[in-house]
Amino acid sequence: MIHFDNVTKRYPGGHEGLSNVSFHIEPGEMVFLTGHSGAGKSTLLKLIGLLERSTRGQVRVAGRNLTRLGRGQIPYHRREVGMIFQDHRLLYDRTVFDNVAMPLVVAGLGHIEIGRRVRAALDKVGLLSKEKNLPITLSGGEQQRVGIARAVVSKPPVVLADEPTGNLDPALSREIMSLFEQFNDVGVTLLIATHDLELISRMNRRILVLEKSRLARDSAAEVMT
Amino acid sequence: MRRSRKKLSARISPRSSLRMDVWLMRHLQVALASLGRLIRTPLSSLMTTLVIGIALALPAGLYLLLGNVQTLSGNWDGAASISLFLKQETSDKQARQLTSRLQNDPAINQVKLISRTEALEEFRQLSGFAGVLDSLDENPLPSLLIVEPTAQHAEPVPAEALLARLRQNSEVEFAQLDLQWVRRFHAITRIAQRGVIILASLLGLSVLLIVGNTIRLEIQNRHAEIEITKLIGGTNAFIRRPFLYNGAWYGLFGGISAWLMVTVSLLLLDNPIEQLAGLYQSGFQLSGIGFSTLLMLLGGSTLLGLAGSWIAVGRHLNEIEPS
Ligand SMILES: Nc1ncnc2c1ncn2[C@@H]1O[C@H](COP(=O)(O)OP(=O)(O)OP(=O)(O)O)[C@@H](O)[C@H]1O
Ligand SMILES: [Mg+2]
Repeated sequence: MIHFDNVTKRYPGGHEGLSNVSFHIEPGEMVFLTGHSGAGKSTLLKLIGLLERSTRGQVRVAGRNLTRLGRGQIPYHRREVGMIFQDHRLLYDRTVFDNVAMPLVVAGLGHIEIGRRVRAALDKVGLLSKEKNLPITLSGGEQQRVGIARAVVSKPPVVLADEPTGNLDPALSREIMSLFEQFNDVGVTLLIATHDLELISRMNRRILVLEKSRLARDSAAEVMT
Repeated sequence: MRRSRKKLSARISPRSSLRMDVWLMRHLQVALASLGRLIRTPLSSLMTTLVIGIALALPAGLYLLLGNVQTLSGNWDGAASISLFLKQETSDKQARQLTSRLQNDPAINQVKLISRTEALEEFRQLSGFAGVLDSLDENPLPSLLIVEPTAQHAEPVPAEALLARLRQNSEVEFAQLDLQWVRRFHAITRIAQRGVIILASLLGLSVLLIVGNTIRLEIQNRHAEIEITKLIGGTNAFIRRPFLYNGAWYGLFGGISAWLMVTVSLLLLDNPIEQLAGLYQSGFQLSGIGFSTLLMLLGGSTLLGLAGSWIAVGRHLNEIEPS
């Protein structure tokens, strides 16, 4: 589903956020991405969502070569990749419902279909009763779940999460991880960047470790050899 | 790769799967939403609208004034008429024959004959010299033909050609065209027309800039929203749309306020002008903005607003990229 072939990302100024990274994630996998601060985790996720483009090497997602994807095609690619951020990136002047509906509005769905799908997604994350609230009236964990609902509402085959449990207490973190596992159960490919080593070890999933912008460890490779 | 790209757009491009009415519905929604946005900030919207209105009211008002002056000149069509004074020996009968001959001339709209007898009668009544005239044994007044050219021949050059032609009639003693006046009038209206066009262009440009700047600020205010919309796969066309409607609304409302300003100004001018016209025994009346002019004003102002926001959006939307 996600292929990296010798991918290097050099930022303007010459710093390499990612150096010569190769890996391959199968459809339906749930993978954790970890590493010290500044190792390149966010950079890697941004390359998949085309928030950045690779300097060298090839990134392929769902059979599409992102290196060659034209500007006009970027929005259509992003609709197939749900993204979740530590800082939520919600619109604070819109209700929870409107925030979650955004990907569907953008994709041009009719409003009955939108209502149905948004409520299903909000139900899934346990926020159906707060659909008319403004995000500012919600707790951090609730806001994060709104962000998650928005990322999955259009049923994208790939979901990326950058530090989704960064500010949350362990109980909330577990709750969110179990949400991710439910998505994974229905076939969504997930890639989750996190510092939380304890959480990762408990989940018993494949782990990619970045170190100084290089891929230092891939737990899948260890199992195979 | 080409294959997969095609597949990508076929699968998720909205156009292909949307029916026309859904598409129209969506545009209507965006249009109303952007209208709602304007109404939610009434003060700043009103100010922008008024600035646009003033910029448009000036050329629209002058255009109207020019139209009125031209109507007025229509009342003075006599200015382009040619007076033919016939020779003394021409009889009233001969004068009438000449009149009907000229009446058939395609360059001439109308000929009015004031025969010697009529002229004398009129003079007798108006001048108070009845006694003096009676003492003369012969009518000293010539017959007079007042020739009114058709509209095309009322312009300076053809009018002069017509004058030369009429002069050749043997019955004509003296022919006169008040050409100087006609020339000046035409020159002045041409300058005024040109002036209005120049002014309208400059002020149209300023409307473009006003709307462009307003939309630029709006884009800055909605930076986060644009960024997030891009993040979740909003196309540029999708993001552009509300701003374009925004500009179009500004233009439309600016046009409407310009119309109101001009109409109110005309109402204020109406009374004094009527009094002035009364002094000149003229039935002249100011005419307001007609329906077609109003449509032109509103259509033009809407297009200007749209163009202004188009420029702003084109320049500033690409600067915002999610990170
Ligand atoms: N836009 C940018 N311009 C220049 N350098 C950047 C940019 N974004 C990231 N970098 C650099 O690239 C490196 C990797 O950054 P990245 O954000 O991917 O790290 P990270 O693993 O996500 O770290 P953290 O755990 O702190 O979020 C860092 O050294 C960072 O300074
Ligand atoms: Mg990061």
